[in-house]
Amino acid sequence: MRGALAIGLLLCMQSAFAQDHSQHAMPPSSPTTTDEHAQHREHTTGDDAPGDYRSPVLTDADRAAAFPDLHGHDMSAHMDDDPFVWMVMADRFEWQQGDAVAWEGTAWFGHDRGRLWLRSEGERERNHGTEANIEALWGEPVNAWWDVLAGVRHDISNERLGHHGQDWLAIGVQGLAPYKFEVQATVYIGEGGQSMLQAEVEYELLLTNKLILQPRIEATALGRNDAVRGIGSGLGEVDAGLRLRYEVRREVAPYIGIERAVRFGKTADFARAPGDDAHETRWVAGVRFWF
Amino acid sequence: MNDETSRFPDTTRRRLLRGMALGSAAAGLGLWREPVWALATPNQSGVLAGKDFDLSIGRTPVNITGRAASAITVNGSLPGPILRWREGDEVTLRVRNTLAETSAIHWHGILLPANMDGVPGLSFHGIEPGGDYLYRFRVRQSGTYWYHSHSSLQEQAGVYGALIVDPLEPEPFAFDRDYVVMLSDWTDMDPHRLFARLKKRSDYDNLYKRTVGDFLRDAREDGITAAVADRKAWGAMRMSPTDLADVNGNTYTYLANGRRADDDWTGLFTPGERVRLRFVNGAAMTFFDVRIPGLKLTVVAADGQNIQPVEVDEFRIAPAETFDVIVQPERDEAHVVFAQAMDRSGHARITLAPRMGMRAPSPALDKRALLTMDDMGHGSHAMSTAEMSCGANMDHSKMSMPMSTPMQAHPASETGNPFVDMQTMSPTPRLDDPGIGLRDNGRRVLRYADLHSLQVPDDDREPSREIELHLTGHMERFVWGFDGIKFSDAEPVRLKYGERVRFTLVNDTMMEHPVHLHGMWSDLEDADGKFLVRKHSVSIPPGTKRSFRVTADALGRWAFHCHMLMHMEAGMMREVRVEE
Ligand SMILES: [Cu+2]
Repeated sequence: MRGALAIGLLLCMQSAFAQDHSQHAMPPSSPTTTDEHAQHREHTTGDDAPGDYRSPVLTDADRAAAFPDLHGHDMSAHMDDDPFVWMVMADRFEWQQGDAVAWEGTAWFGHDRGRLWLRSEGERERNHGTEANIEALWGEPVNAWWDVLAGVRHDISNERLGHHGQDWLAIGVQGLAPYKFEVQATVYIGEGGQSMLQAEVEYELLLTNKLILQPRIEATALGRNDAVRGIGSGLGEVDAGLRLRYEVRREVAPYIGIERAVRFGKTADFARAPGDDAHETRWVAGVRFWF
Repeated sequence: MNDETSRFPDTTRRRLLRGMALGSAAAGLGLWREPVWALATPNQSGVLAGKDFDLSIGRTPVNITGRAASAITVNGSLPGPILRWREGDEVTLRVRNTLAETSAIHWHGILLPANMDGVPGLSFHGIEPGGDYLYRFRVRQSGTYWYHSHSSLQEQAGVYGALIVDPLEPEPFAFDRDYVVMLSDWTDMDPHRLFARLKKRSDYDNLYKRTVGDFLRDAREDGITAAVADRKAWGAMRMSPTDLADVNGNTYTYLANGRRADDDWTGLFTPGERVRLRFVNGAAMTFFDVRIPGLKLTVVAADGQNIQPVEVDEFRIAPAETFDVIVQPERDEAHVVFAQAMDRSGHARITLAPRMGMRAPSPALDKRALLTMDDMGHGSHAMSTAEMSCGANMDHSKMSMPMSTPMQAHPASETGNPFVDMQTMSPTPRLDDPGIGLRDNGRRVLRYADLHSLQVPDDDREPSREIELHLTGHMERFVWGFDGIKFSDAEPVRLKYGERVRFTLVNDTMMEHPVHLHGMWSDLEDADGKFLVRKHSVSIPPGTKRSFRVTADALGRWAFHCHMLMHMEAGMMREVRVEE
C-alpha cells in the first residue's frame, strides 16, 4: 500500500508537471531589466538559438546600486581572517621526587604569519637553588609544518651555585615532524663564545582520547666545558620522561610520570664531583594546563 | 488529472486531487495564500508575511543548554522570524541594529542589486550600532531560502532565519501542510572565543581520535601489516582520519527550529496528508544527515529550485543548503525527523505527529565514519607515497606516475605555503557518491547526481573561460583559503559583465566545504559538463573537483566563500567583482 502510494505521489507529481507546463506557459517576460535576470527556459523547449543569452542592458541606477559608497568601510572590520591570538601553556608544571619543582612553559602572541614566543624552563631544588631560563623569540612559519624562531635567552643567576646570569642569542625551529612528533631544536650563542644546542622531541600516545601517554626526550650539548654550571662540552645531558596525563578537559590535565636524566662525559664528571649521581631517576607529578 | 492516477485506489486519488487543488488553485490565481504552517502548530516560531518588514537585530538572553547565555537575534527570536515574500513583489525591509557593533543581514540565495546583498565592507557599509538600513528590491525568484548576518560571526550567535518566497506560478507538486525545519548549531561560547580556540587547539573537539586500543583491534582484524601501513600513511601526513568536524557535539547543541533534541518542536499532520518540509541548514559548522525512519522522502526542490522529484530515505544537507521534501505519513503515529551531525557527535530532531504530545524515539546515532585516503582523492595506491604526495612542497605536475585518473596540477601559490597542509592527487567530481558515512548504509541517500533542475538556465552559452580555485587550508594552524591565499591577502576574482564562466573547485583539504557565490546562480555541471542543477551553495567534499557555470549578469562586488563560518572567518573567501 505504501509503495503504491509513493509511486502514486510521484506519478501525480509528474503529471502535475505536465499539467503545469501545458496550462501555464511561463509568464511573459516582463520588460524590466530586473525581471529578466530571473527567467528560465523550460526544459522541454529548445526554440531559442543556443548561445543567444544577453544580460540586461545596464542603467546608471544599476551601476550606482552595484558600487555604492562604503564610507571608507572594508571587510576588515567585519571579518578578521588574521586576528591577534594568544595562548599560554604550561606543558610541565610539576613536583619532582627529591623536593624539586620544575616547569616548562610557553606563551605566544600574534598573528598567522608571525608570533612572539616566550618560553621558560627551569627547576628549583633544595640543594641547588633555582636553575631557570627565559626566552623571547620571534617566530614565523616557513612551511606547512615548521616555524623558525630567533631571539634571546637569559639564564637567571644562581647564588648557591655561584654563577651569574648568562645571555644567549637563540635561533631555532619547531614544528611537527612526520608521524606527529613534536620537535623543537634551538642553537644558542652565548657570552665568551660559548655555544649550546638543545633539542626536544615529544609524542602523544592516546590510550583513550583523554588518557594520554607522553614520552619526551630532551638533549643538551655544549660547545665547551662550563664548570660552574656543571656541563661539559659535547652531548652533556639527556632527559627522558614518560608522563601519563588525564585531560579533565582539554585545558587541564593532571599527570604523573617518571623522568630520567642521563649525563655523559665531562658533564657526568661534574655531577659526580659533589657526590651526586651521574644519572638520576625521579618520579614526577604535576598538571598541564593552557588558556 | 490524467489516466495515470486513476489506476490507483479511489481514496488515494481523491487525496491527491484535493492536494493538487489546494496547491494550484490558490497560487495559480496569484492570491495571497494563507501560510499553511501558521494554522498547523501552536509552537511555531513567528512568521512575517507581506511586503514591508521591520526587523531588529539585538541581544537576547537565552537558555538553551541549561545555562543562561546571550544570543544575537532578529526580533528577539532564535531562529529569527520566518519571512514570507511573494515572487514579483517589491519588498521593503527596515533592519535596525541595536547592538554595540556593526551588523547586517544577507539574503542568502536571493538575486538582488549588490547594495541590497548585506555584506558589510563589500556590498554596503553595514548597519552601524543604533542605525538602520532600508533594504528594498524586487523578488525575482521563489522557493525556500534563508537569511543571516554576514558580520563578525553573528550568524553563530543566532542571527539567522528562514525565507520563503511563494511562487506566482503553481508549484509542480502538491502538499497539505508546510513546515520549515531550520537546523542549526548553538554554543554558549562567544563565537570569537570559539574561533580563537580553534586557532590555539584546532582538534579541541576531536575526542574520537584513534587510540592504542583501536590500533590493536585493527591489527587483529586487518592484520598487523595493514594496520601499521594505515597508521603510517596518516602519520606521514600528520593528520587524523577522524577529523570530520572542526566543532562538534562536544561544543555544540544541535537545534531544529531553535529547539534541542530533548525538547523538540512538533509539526502536526492528519494521517494521509502530504507534508512539505522545508529544510534549511542554518548551522555555522555542521553538516546534517536527515531521515525520517518509516517514511520515504520525496525531494522536490534544492536551494529553492524545483527539481525532478526524487525519492530517498536520507539526505545530507551542507551548511547554507536548503531542500524541500514531501512526506506522506499514513498512520496515526508520530515520526521523528532525525538530523544527525555528519561526525555523529549529536543530533537535532523534530516530531511529526497527528496530535501534540506524541513522540517517536530517535534512532541510535550511526557509526562514526573514518576518512580514507580515497576520500581525499589519493586513491589506495597513494599509501606508500602519502608523505611525498601530501607534503605541501611537492609539485605534482612534475611527477609522473602511471595512473588512470590524471594527476591534479596545483597553483604555484600552494607550493611551500605554510597554510597548505595537503594537496589532493587525483580528484574527481564524485557526484554520485552519497558521502562519507552514508555509503552502503542500506538506505537510499540523496546524491548531487540525483538533482535535476526542472528548468534549464536561460543562458546556455558555453563558458568562455574557466576559473579554477583550490580549496586549501591548514588544520593545525586553522588557516583557510583559496589557492593557499586567504581573503585579506587576495585580489578579487574579476568577471566581465555578461560573460559566462565556469568555476572549477578542487578540494585540497580533508574537509568538505559548501561554497556559496552571492548574487548569481551556480549552475552545477555533471562529470560530462552537462547542466545538472541550479544552486546557490555547492558542497565540495574532500578529494573532489566540481564545476559550475555562472552568468555574470549581476554588476558589483560579491562575496564568494565557504559557508563553514569559521572557515570563512579564517580566510576561505574571495570577492568576485563583476565589472563592465
Ligand atoms: Cu570550509
